[in-house]
Amino acid sequence: MKQTTLIKVASQSILKNKMRTLLTMLGIVIGVGAVIVMVAVGNGAQTMIKQQISSLGTNLIIVMPGSGVMGGANQGAGTFNKLTVADAEKLKREGTMLSAVSPVVSTRTQVIGGSGNWRTSINGVSTDFLAIRDWSVTSGAFFDDADVKAGRKIAVIGATVATNLFPGTDPVGAQIQIGHVPFTITGVLAAKGQNAGGQDQDDVVLVPYSTAQNRLSGNVRIGQILASATNADDIAAAQEEIKGIMRESHRLQGADDDFTVRNQTEIAQAATSTTKVMSGLLAAIASISLLVGGIGIMNIMLVSVTERTREIGIRMAIGARGSDVLTQFLVESVAMSVLGGLVGLAAGYGGAALLGHITGWTTSTPPSAVAIAVGFSAAVGVFFGFYPARKAAGLNPIQALRYE
Amino acid sequence: MSTNPVIHISNVKKVYTMGTNKVFALRGVDLTVGAGEMIAVMGSSGSGKSTLMNILGCLDVPTEGSYELDGIRVDGLNRNQLADLRNQKLGFVFQGFNLLSRTSALDNVELPLLYDRSGRKLDTRALATESLRRVGLGDRLDHQPSELSGGQQQRVAIARALVTSPKLLLADEPTGNLDSHMTVEVMALFQELNDQGITVLLVTHEPDVAQYAKRIVEVRDGRILRDHPVVDRRDAAADLATLNAAGPDADVAVLEEAA
Repeated sequence: MKQTTLIKVASQSILKNKMRTLLTMLGIVIGVGAVIVMVAVGNGAQTMIKQQISSLGTNLIIVMPGSGVMGGANQGAGTFNKLTVADAEKLKREGTMLSAVSPVVSTRTQVIGGSGNWRTSINGVSTDFLAIRDWSVTSGAFFDDADVKAGRKIAVIGATVATNLFPGTDPVGAQIQIGHVPFTITGVLAAKGQNAGGQDQDDVVLVPYSTAQNRLSGNVRIGQILASATNADDIAAAQEEIKGIMRESHRLQGADDDFTVRNQTEIAQAATSTTKVMSGLLAAIASISLLVGGIGIMNIMLVSVTERTREIGIRMAIGARGSDVLTQFLVESVAMSVLGGLVGLAAGYGGAALLGHITGWTTSTPPSAVAIAVGFSAAVGVFFGFYPARKAAGLNPIQALRYE
Repeated sequence: MSTNPVIHISNVKKVYTMGTNKVFALRGVDLTVGAGEMIAVMGSSGSGKSTLMNILGCLDVPTEGSYELDGIRVDGLNRNQLADLRNQKLGFVFQGFNLLSRTSALDNVELPLLYDRSGRKLDTRALATESLRRVGLGDRLDHQPSELSGGQQQRVAIARALVTSPKLLLADEPTGNLDSHMTVEVMALFQELNDQGITVLLVTHEPDVAQYAKRIVEVRDGRILRDHPVVDRRDAAADLATLNAAGPDADVAVLEEAA
């Protein structure tokens, strides 16, 4: 039989039972739709996490204080903080693979100013901080090296702090009190949103690290050093370089590191592997409904073969070969499942968009989902259509003709 | 045209094994049907005429014996070869019409041509239309079986059987589901087609119907009991004219009186 006639014959018999065809297709529609929605949700979550991780900074490397052992018990990270501004300066000077280095002096305190007061994190940083964190100032300006050197009492505040203390007004030039020290606001940071851990990154005040050390923390040790690798591919090498410089700076000959160096890929990996497992699980659950849809097709095709036994007998009597009958039934089941797959694809896209709209989740459907959906539904059609079709093709024409 | 007989079977036997029992449906049948014959196979149920019909129709193969259809050895062919043979050489007409429901007359008649594997280029629509015209249904092309009378449905089935220009028209109780008037109508068509040179073999248990053929073969207990030419052959066209003249309420009684 020619292909066009095959398609014609298949579409004729599919259209003869519209309601049944629709219901059978519905199984595939739901299956493919569910898979698409779940892939979209999982994919969206991964994209969101990637964005959040990269919002931490460009090629970020973090140097943290190491752990220490006290009386046999490891006290965990930061027990013996030996990080100093001098380390940061040495890294900045000698690091060939580092584009930016900034010490971070962190403290949490009450900030008073504008229309009220607000407890927030105060980070003492260098001018490189913005480049490392890939951040920008929307209003006013960031402090410069001279401000850092002089230890000026100036601050750049995050968007959350700005809206809480200065709702509706531009805080640039205003005075705030951090702890008991008066600071002048020189700029406001662009909003950055939550990080991967759900923390508000905009709830922060940035001041020169020198000022923070002298006026706020009163500690020569610094909480961490942030650095940016020049090249994303060199992060691991840059990490090694940092280790070398730090060991030299701390004069560790043979002794263990008294610091820890981590990069954002490690952090990102942990987060994405979780979402990958989750989205894989979701897709697996959704594909069960595709399987159920396939069984629905098989069921209907079996009923159809029984019901059309006589028709099969007639076709065989007038010269149809077993292969003709097989192909006809296969084409029917594949047509139903592919059609269902296409409708399911549209439904899945719509469903994902709707879900994203309602829940506010990021959903993104990869373009490959189209090919996968159509391919899978065709495969379901062939797989679950084959048994009934073979059953039809194997019928004895004499008995089929006599079938009532 | 080939000089081969359309059908030539010799010593055909068919044995069915049912559990431990062996049922001898055919116990050695010899039959030769030449081109242009119109032959009626008669017999009661269980006589083996259905089995004979199935073997002649290439739907079944004999357990023993040989069968040549238009010079081609049929015994020993596989399923696909039998299917192709049915498509090329035979036209089937069944008692229950066996048309595809919810499918137009034209699509029904076109069907055998769709399974043609000879590779020739066929204008299937035109051939199907022509075939329906030939049976007098040129104005019913788009009608579905449910919209046609029994006689008309059987004529569609005959058109379907004719569309491939078969060597042999095989009709299995073609009038079994029809009333007397339609029976005569259908038999008139068979006679007309036979006059045009088509070989017709019909299976029936009605002596009236067999009288329209040129030759009668009686089958009993798996053997051919009698094989004789028809004397007093009836002319269905004339019978039809008598019936039509007698009006719509007339039945076979009119024919019997006329005869």
